[in-house]
This record gives sequence, C-alpha cells and structure tokens, in this order.
Amino acid sequence: MQTEAGRSLPEQALHRHTKDIRLTFPSSPLSVRRALQTIVADLQELELEERGSVELVLAEVLNNVVEHAYGADERGWISLECATERDGLHFRIRDEGRPMPDDTPPMGAPAPLPEVLDKLPEGGFGWFLIKDLSRDVHYSRLDDVNELTFRIKVDTSPRKN
Amino acid sequence: MQLSTRTEKDATIITVEAERIDAAVAIRFKDLMRDTAEGCTGRIILDLGQVDFIDSSGLGAIVASMKQLGDGQKLELAALNANVDKVFRLTRMDTVFPIHASLGNAVNSHAN
Repeated sequence: MQTEAGRSLPEQALHRHTKDIRLTFPSSPLSVRRALQTIVADLQELELEERGSVELVLAEVLNNVVEHAYGADERGWISLECATERDGLHFRIRDEGRPMPDDTPPMGAPAPLPEVLDKLPEGGFGWFLIKDLSRDVHYSRLDDVNELTFRIKVDTSPRKN
Repeated sequence: MQLSTRTEKDATIITVEAERIDAAVAIRFKDLMRDTAEGCTGRIILDLGQVDFIDSSGLGAIVASMKQLGDGQKLELAALNANVDKVFRLTRMDTVFPIHASLGNAVNSHAN
C-alpha cells in the first residue's frame, strides 16, 4: 500500500489541494479495510460524522469492486484518488475487473420493507447508501478499466480554532 | 472478531468484541451469532458498544442473524454509536430491530 497523503501538504491546508490522497491496493476485504483506515486517518480534519459517511461510502464502493468486479477468486488492483475541493471530497476509484452490468451503476433505490421477517433483505443496501450519501456518481468503462467518480459534500474550510 | 455472552435478568447479552463488523468478518459474525444464540431463550441483546464501524455487509449479517433465530428468540440491539446508528436509520432497519440507547436501558426495558 502506498500513500502520498500528507507528504507534500503543509499542515492545516486540507482545503484547495488536489490529489490529496492516492492509494493502490490489492482486491481483498482486508486490503479494503486497511485502505479505509488509512484514508480515515488522513481525514482527521473532518467532523466525526462526515468521516463516518466517507468511510461508509468508500467501504460500499470498494466492497463492490472486490465482490463483483473481481470476485472472490480473481486478483487485481484497486486505485483510489481523493481530491479536496471547495464543494467537497472528489473521489475516483479504478479497477480492471469486470464491467458493471449494462455499463451503469445500479439505481440504489430502497426496497420496501416486507411485512414478513423471513423476507427481509440481507443485501442490496450498498448502492442505496452510496447514492444517499454522495453526489455526482458517474461510471465509465474505458480500455478494460472501470472508473467510478463521485463527490461527498463535507466542510473543507480550514478549522476555525 | 469475538463474541462474549452473559445473562442479566431475563436477557442474554451478546457483546461484539470488535471495532468493525465489515465485509471482512461478516460471514464469521453470522456463524458466531448462530453458535452463540443456540440454546438461548427469550430476549437476546446484541451489545454493539465497542463497534465503531459497520458497512452493508455487516448490516446484512445482523439481519441474517435475526432470521436464523429459533422460535421464542428475539434479537434487540443496544449501545449503537452515531455512525452505526446512521446505517440502521438510512436503511430503515431501525424499524425492524428494537434499538436501545444503552445496555442498561435494554436490560431494564423488560424489568417489570
């Protein structure tokens, strides 16, 4: 795992920097967990709740890559970039796994909750959470590479203390 | 990921001894819950006080844990931190599980 976060960043200058974070890591649940912990540690400037939303959205996006683009039996790399702009954190996730079905991300609509306990869904929450907590979700497939970009609105102005 | 169990009043308390219930441990969590809940009767309170992150895989595993319970067993949740609580609210799973602010509240809610 590599990180460039913080290396060239002066302290307290989270805002108005581009390419704040760049990570590349193998497709596996434990690598995703480590990547999330690295990113969250790099975003200490954010409010706790904002950091929670960022970690959740990234977890859902990255788990989808591990489980669906590559699948359990396939090795591959995932790259993550995060740029901080005035309107929030801009993310770009790339992988070389299978394309999304129909070349488009799922709608992520919440299913109505069934009356019967046995029919409760155990999955399908991921895209709903991604779309609920992020903006400008865009997927493209170019030369065997999946690219998903999205923005998470956070307060990126310098801290007032 | 470990679960510890104790009994208080009429309830079995299962404490999740982990900071995360995520995709890396979701299946293990579900299996541990099945083994731990086996033989319990009545209320089962899942103490999430140590958990500071849950993703949709972890949420699915908790739903699955509830669905695999036997007759007469009931799963309730307690001591969710803000980020964990948010996942339940956004997915409306807070309408499916009784959720208690603290373990004490959970234990005492049936104290009569």
